Amino acid sequence: MLTRLGPPLAILLLAGPIVAGLAGTVLPALGYFPTLGGFSFSLAPFAAVLAEPGIAMSVAISLGTGLAATAISLGAVMLFVAGWSGTRIFARIQHLISPLLSVPHAAVAFGLAFLIAPSGMLARIVSPTLTGWDQPPDVLIVHDPAGLTMTAGLIVKEIPFLLLIALAALPQTNPVRTRALAASLGYGQVAGFLHGTWPPLYRQIRLAVFAVIAFSTSVVDVAQILGPTTPAPLAVRLIEWMRDPDLSMRFLASAGALLQLGVTALAIVIWIGLERISSVMCRQIRDTGWRFRGDAWLRGAALAAVTLAAFAVFAGLATLALWSVAGLWQYPDALPDWLTLKTWMKSLPRVAGPLGTTVAVATLSTLIAVALSLLSLLREDETGRRGGRGALMLLYLPLIVPQVAFLFGLQLLLILAGAAASLPSLVFAHLVFVMPYVFLSLSDPWRAYDRRYEAVAAGLGKRRWTVFFRVKLPMLARPVLTAAAVGFAVSVGLYLPTVLIGAGRLETITTEAVALASGGNRRIIGVYAFLQMVLPALGFLVAIFGPALIFRHRRAMRA
Amino acid sequence: MTEQGLHLDHVSIALKGKTLLSVDRRVGPGEVFTVMGPSGSGKSTLLAFIGGFLDPAFSASGKVFIDGDELTGLAAQDRHAGILFQDPLLFPHMSVSANLAFAIPASVKGRSARAALVEKALEDVGLAGSGARDPDTLSGGEKARVALARSLLSGPRMLLLDEPFSKLDAGLREQARQLVFDKARAMHLPVVLVTHDEADAEAAGGAILRIDDC
Repeated sequence: MLTRLGPPLAILLLAGPIVAGLAGTVLPALGYFPTLGGFSFSLAPFAAVLAEPGIAMSVAISLGTGLAATAISLGAVMLFVAGWSGTRIFARIQHLISPLLSVPHAAVAFGLAFLIAPSGMLARIVSPTLTGWDQPPDVLIVHDPAGLTMTAGLIVKEIPFLLLIALAALPQTNPVRTRALAASLGYGQVAGFLHGTWPPLYRQIRLAVFAVIAFSTSVVDVAQILGPTTPAPLAVRLIEWMRDPDLSMRFLASAGALLQLGVTALAIVIWIGLERISSVMCRQIRDTGWRFRGDAWLRGAALAAVTLAAFAVFAGLATLALWSVAGLWQYPDALPDWLTLKTWMKSLPRVAGPLGTTVAVATLSTLIAVALSLLSLLREDETGRRGGRGALMLLYLPLIVPQVAFLFGLQLLLILAGAAASLPSLVFAHLVFVMPYVFLSLSDPWRAYDRRYEAVAAGLGKRRWTVFFRVKLPMLARPVLTAAAVGFAVSVGLYLPTVLIGAGRLETITTEAVALASGGNRRIIGVYAFLQMVLPALGFLVAIFGPALIFRHRRAMRA
Repeated sequence: MTEQGLHLDHVSIALKGKTLLSVDRRVGPGEVFTVMGPSGSGKSTLLAFIGGFLDPAFSASGKVFIDGDELTGLAAQDRHAGILFQDPLLFPHMSVSANLAFAIPASVKGRSARAALVEKALEDVGLAGSGARDPDTLSGGEKARVALARSLLSGPRMLLLDEPFSKLDAGLREQARQLVFDKARAMHLPVVLVTHDEADAEAAGGAILRIDDC
């Protein structure tokens, strides 16, 4: 039976590359890799990493920015949900923020850079009237040595992610009843939420929070666009070593990748410590019976934080789009003198190849991910057993293990197998990251499906696959297409897997855009970043309007 | 012809070792066997067991025969059990006639022959000419009648009714009962009805099994 293959195949394709990749990283890190002339185990590569200048600073930046980004975005989301869930403003902001999830990190980072740089949009709007600046002030905002801008870039992107994850889990915690109960006991809205709803809610989103920590402590593209350069965060330096034409640098790079694994693990351990401390503090506050009724200022602050984050992303993206069609645009003019399609015309011939690769890889990896998810869910229907905690951990594995740690080894193995920089390799590398999002997005609506429809259809004498294709799949067309759009967006935005597995020969819009970062040509960056956000948006348009059009005469099929 | 009808041969259904119901009974063609019990008593699992879609969480023993053929080992689609639930469960992505056409066995060939069957079925439940409509625009009573017509079109060998009248208005409920039981009698179908409504049981007029909540 075909469905029987679903779960094992999914496990193989998720865990296989991670395990093999980690092995391929560990061996050279310990000095063993015969093809590169390493025949004996030694700790020399680690010693070499630790001897690199500024390595302690790089580690500190990775840890600090990652933890700060996670803590601030989670705090904002927590207080926002606490103070506003169930209100009309909440629903409106939720609608506003949802599309941001699909915008690739790199595009968001570019948008932020174009917005807050000394020569950016904000400075232009207030200059020279308020500031008197005739030329950009000489301050380091983007690439600031402490990584503040990089942290901000991560925060504005992680807020939508954590908010949507929290919203998906919220109904299971009975927030309405808990809110009413806490209010009847005289608790303010925020305090009632933090004592009553947050603990069970946090338990449900904890893996997603770990994924944010892992991503933020090991991010490469955002760090290259916004992060410090002297020294750069650890992951960025790893990539530089990795790309060094001197192959013996591979030992150093692999040892560095393991150091990255340790840094991310340490960040998660620190986070778990923080969880303990805050839970003790929370309990002590609870035992005092403090009602915290005057929480209006905090609710206001949370609303402001989330709105500001959304505004920053939207304004940044608009600025990007404007730059891509800008003619002469002198500082400190707030708008270009004229608009032109010249940059687009000039870039299009160069864009075509990467655009094709992007669409091909995203489409193929998404199709495979959707098929595997459907098979696994069908198998779940058959056996009546859901994948338990183990399955959930497995799904989150690619999101919690830092990408560099296993992609290095995977690249090395693929090179040995002669399969690096091939389209199939790239598709399967993307699949590792696309699959979790597709499955997580599809599984809830799938499990919520009224299975009596299937019983009715079977009672009419229909075979299982007839029931699946004629009844269940059409009825779930919208969630399936939405999951596909999510997968497509994830693939379009993937930077590191594409750079490493594509090995510079398979370029996508995202790798090209990040590569342009150092050049600083805002018009061309605008073109690439604009395409980066348009592609996922197209996917979601299809997912929303496709079913709406096909089922336009079927009232019950409207969402 | 003693074998005619539905035979529940020492059927027993349990959840985690606790027996929910045990039944050993024959239901003749056109007869109604009513199972009564409060909600949560597991009475619907009997229908799921007969129909072949019992959740794997339950364990069941015993056999089911229809007209002498054993059903117990068969897949749901090979049992030809027409099922009506509390909700009409018309497929929301199909028109009314597509819902009905979906039920006609593939052995009926030819577009026009199938269309004629659909039209006839609509007439039989007083909905002639409604084929092109969106099922969601029908009234509750109309939906219930389409659901019945759909079941009957598939050539069922029995009817399994899971509180099919409980969501209808009192007036409609009486009509719907009449329609379902008349059709079942006319087509000589054995019926198993699960309900918590005494009036349903009375109208059915057949044997009654009461499940206590223990």
